[in-house]
Amino acid sequence: MSTLHAGLGSSQWRDVGAIDDIPRQGARTVATASGAIAVFRTADDAIFALHDACPHKGGKLSQGIVHGHAVTCPLHGWVIGLADGCAEAPDEGCARRVPVRLAAGRVLLQVDA
Amino acid sequence: MNMIAPRRRRLVLVGNGMAGVRTLEEILSRAPEAFDITVFGAEPHGNYNRILLSPVLAGEKRFADIVTHDSAWYAARGIELIAGEEVVAIDRDARRASGARGTVRPYDVLLLATGSNPVILPVPGAGLPGVVGFRDIADVETMLAACASDMRAVVIGGGLLGLEAAHGLARRGARVSVLHLMRSLMERQLDPASAEMLRAELIARGIAVLTEANTEAILGEDRVRAVRLADGREIAADLVVMAAGIRPSIVLARAAGLACRRGVLVDDRLCTSDPAIYAVGECVEHQGQVFGLVAPLFEMAKICADAITGAAETAFRPSVPATRLKVTGIDLFSAGDFLGSADTEEIVFRDPARGVHKRLVLREDRLVGIVLYGDAADGAWYFDHLCSGTDLAGQRDGLVFGPAFAGGEAQSGVEALPDSAEICGCNGVSKGRILGAIAEHGLTTLDEVRVRTKASASCGSCTAQVEALLRKAAGAAYSATPAVKPLCKCTRLGHDAVRAAIRERRLKSIPAVMRALEWRTPDGCAACRPALNYYLLCAWPGDYADDAQSRFVNERMHANIQKDGTYSVVPRMWGGVTSATELRAIADVVEKYQIPTVKITGGQRIDMLGVTREQLPRVWRDLNAAGMVSGHAYGKALRTVKTCVGSEWCRFGTQDSTSMGIAIEKMAWGSWMPHKTKLAVSGCPRNCAEATIKDLGVVATESGWDLHVGGNGGVKVRATDRLCQVHTPAEVLEYCAAFLQLYREEAWYLERTAPWIERVGIDYVRRRIAEDGEGRRALHARFLESQCYAQKDPWAERAADDVAFADLATVA
Ligand code: SRM
Ligand SMILES: Cc1cc2nc3c(=O)[nH]c(=O)nc-3n(C[C@H](O)[C@H](O)[C@H](O)COP(=O)(O)OP(=O)(O)OC[C@H]3O[C@@H](n4cnc5c(N)ncnc54)[C@H](O)[C@@H]3O)c2cc1C
Ligand code: SF4
Ligand code: FES
Repeated sequence: MSTLHAGLGSSQWRDVGAIDDIPRQGARTVATASGAIAVFRTADDAIFALHDACPHKGGKLSQGIVHGHAVTCPLHGWVIGLADGCAEAPDEGCARRVPVRLAAGRVLLQVDA
Repeated sequence: MNMIAPRRRRLVLVGNGMAGVRTLEEILSRAPEAFDITVFGAEPHGNYNRILLSPVLAGEKRFADIVTHDSAWYAARGIELIAGEEVVAIDRDARRASGARGTVRPYDVLLLATGSNPVILPVPGAGLPGVVGFRDIADVETMLAACASDMRAVVIGGGLLGLEAAHGLARRGARVSVLHLMRSLMERQLDPASAEMLRAELIARGIAVLTEANTEAILGEDRVRAVRLADGREIAADLVVMAAGIRPSIVLARAAGLACRRGVLVDDRLCTSDPAIYAVGECVEHQGQVFGLVAPLFEMAKICADAITGAAETAFRPSVPATRLKVTGIDLFSAGDFLGSADTEEIVFRDPARGVHKRLVLREDRLVGIVLYGDAADGAWYFDHLCSGTDLAGQRDGLVFGPAFAGGEAQSGVEALPDSAEICGCNGVSKGRILGAIAEHGLTTLDEVRVRTKASASCGSCTAQVEALLRKAAGAAYSATPAVKPLCKCTRLGHDAVRAAIRERRLKSIPAVMRALEWRTPDGCAACRPALNYYLLCAWPGDYADDAQSRFVNERMHANIQKDGTYSVVPRMWGGVTSATELRAIADVVEKYQIPTVKITGGQRIDMLGVTREQLPRVWRDLNAAGMVSGHAYGKALRTVKTCVGSEWCRFGTQDSTSMGIAIEKMAWGSWMPHKTKLAVSGCPRNCAEATIKDLGVVATESGWDLHVGGNGGVKVRATDRLCQVHTPAEVLEYCAAFLQLYREEAWYLERTAPWIERVGIDYVRRRIAEDGEGRRALHARFLESQCYAQKDPWAERAADDVAFADLATVA
């Protein structure tokens, strides 16, 4: 676990770890002042980040099964798209997205400090 | 009320097979209330579709799939089924039939439908263990039990049955040789040219074919070792299948003094020489002819029902039979006089590159014989012309190219057929009747058509045509019946097909399964991935590397997720028994980690609720240190084995149920299952451990242990079915393990034992566990083998891995 210091300004790209710290088809969480953020790594090594709360009843999406570019919430099975954070029809609602990118194998997350 | 109903007539059916039961159906449809019916069957179960034993042998279907009438069918119609008891005598004067176990039933009308027996060649060694016929499910089971990899099988007989047996055994991994007495295979259905193509195809599939092979002796001391031919050759064999023909089964009829020649003699109404006795099926001889395919037998069923119920005056006139071979990937159709004679002409078409051969035999411009090899799609169209005797003079040029060309109409397949054309040969159902039923009842699925008309319900080879008719007639309403329910939306295949492919194609990872079976999604979904992970783990206990990312969170975290995202932790308490040390360790853990709730579960153990993800490894370490392991309260796995106090303390206890429960739990803990699995052991029939609503319940009695299976206390309460009684604790363990393994190997993922048993029938489970000793021991051995790999405490394995349970980072 690494603890990072807040930089200047409100929104910054922060290095939260290496892509290989996240299992393929899995997720890890980043604790922030505004709650946990789930960082997902898909089978094709794409990276996504969402607030770790399902739009249904707040289930921890980081604990769901990741398939394609989606995650199935562990509590009641809603399927949430990783790219937009939105539930697949017929369910409605979106988890908040968090900007994320990869640089030289490092995961950079844009979070408010 | 004191009205006295007239006494119903008593009908006894001897022979619970395809012809007999079909005749019952025909009788019930004409006169549902006329008879009190008793059925004697030598085989120990309801009726099944014997034709489909070939796909069962080949692993393409399971026995449960081919059962057509289970015990519930008989019960619902008030029919007494005496399964597993052969009738050994008929007293015609007293009108009584007696069974081998002493059951006697009087009759007013007796129906004989005893079928036929495989011809066992009268050569030395024919009685050795390892020599089997191919007639019933017991034969198939004998073959499968012998099927070790690399086993050598010799099939004697290169006819329909022999080749289906050879194909099935080869699919199961045996090295197969077919010995055929004649020069060419299936000489009663194929002309030499197509027989040669068939032989080449079989050889290409690794099946050795020896023609003009005259079996002289079967060699071996206490089991078959080889087959010796008249020319001195010896072919090594671990199994010999006799498929050299069938002989009507008439021992009983003959002993009762009924007139018989090759078969029981019947008149046009299927009545024997005794007016109170009728006969149908392969046991009969009608005008010098005996029968070996179902189509004429199902015609007999109708005529015989007309006669028995007096519904109509009809006469049996067998039609021309047509044959198809049920060997996957070999398309073959044959009917009529396909060899021709001096007064016939032949049209022959050959396309060796495509492996197609067609031979049409005409007499005076009318079709009298057909052989289609490699492309039999137009079989029904030709057969219709053959049966109706159409004058084909104007169509001869294009005839061999099928309906698309003959007569110049650009129509093809089933659309080209007239309404009178027979689509389903087995059940004699015409195109017109199918279309009529679709229109009248608004049918939209294949299953509905099968139920209404019986078309495609026997050998299944006309399924494509029935579906084409549905598509056309029902249009948009047609639901392309996935013959089975797909596992999930990522695939067309059902659970069984996926499992069979994993085993047979030796697929050993989730991506390999998805590639080989053409998954529609790149990496599956939350429904199929856990199922595949389980199926792989069950099939390859030693080899498969579990995929944590394909498991539901609880099984990945080895704890139950709660609605607030914390977890609950349940250590195993063997048989519900605990100690001061364990309780003290739990108390310490609760205080140390400030766990908010401690609760006694409904499963006789203790639940600590509200543990955070980060705390899990440390909680486990502390519990492990006190000797406790994971209780798998979170898994599709063995959960609890509840027990009562039993004979150690209880004044009513008959056996030590607590120790028995602990022994079972020690044997079975850690095993992954299709769904959660709960057991219980009670010390007497008062059943304080509630064993009769468990997946497997053991109830002690004075004389031993009663085993019960398939109970459920959840959403839909179901009491168990009694499996059997056993006498020693060792037997309890063996039967339990075998039952759990059967469930592990055959139930669908997320199917608990209760719905599984309702699907396959308790009779099936009884047969596999209680009646088949060898099979049971094999299941028991496979369970123990898989336990060698499964019994590792997941907590101990993961307790050191704090990092994986922690946040990736904290942004302050
Ligand atoms: C803890 C416990 C309740 C308790 O406090 O007593 C419990 C708790 C849950 N049960 Fe249960 N069941 C518990 C005993 C039972 C029993 C009684 C028994 O085991 O003797 C039953 C009825 C018996 C049976 O299964 O046939 C039972 C029938 C169910 C069902 C319905 C299953 C069914 O086939 O109909 C579910 C739903 C499911 O599994 O899909 C369920 C599901 C659940 C889940 C896992 C719900 C979930 O998915 O989160 C609950 C987890 C809570 C947790 O995190 O601990 N629980 N549950 C019991 C744990 C027993 C143990 O020591 O392992
Ligand atoms: C592997 C295989 C594949 C086949 N494939 C095809 C095919 O593709 N197409 C086709 O048309 N046909 C096929 N057949 C043939 C078809 O299955 C038979 O024609 C049909 O089953 C005969 O029906 P039956 O009722 O006369 O006899 P069975 O179905 O054999 O029924 C007779 C029953 O009577 C019982 N019995 C016998 N004696 C007694 C007694 N004394 N007391 C009580 N019970 C008794 C027997 O145990 C048996 O269960 C196949 C057969 C086999 C074995
Ligand atoms: S009955 Fe079982 S599933 Fe329902 S609330 Fe209670 S513990 Fe949860
Ligand atoms: S909280 Fe995610 S599905 Fe209910």
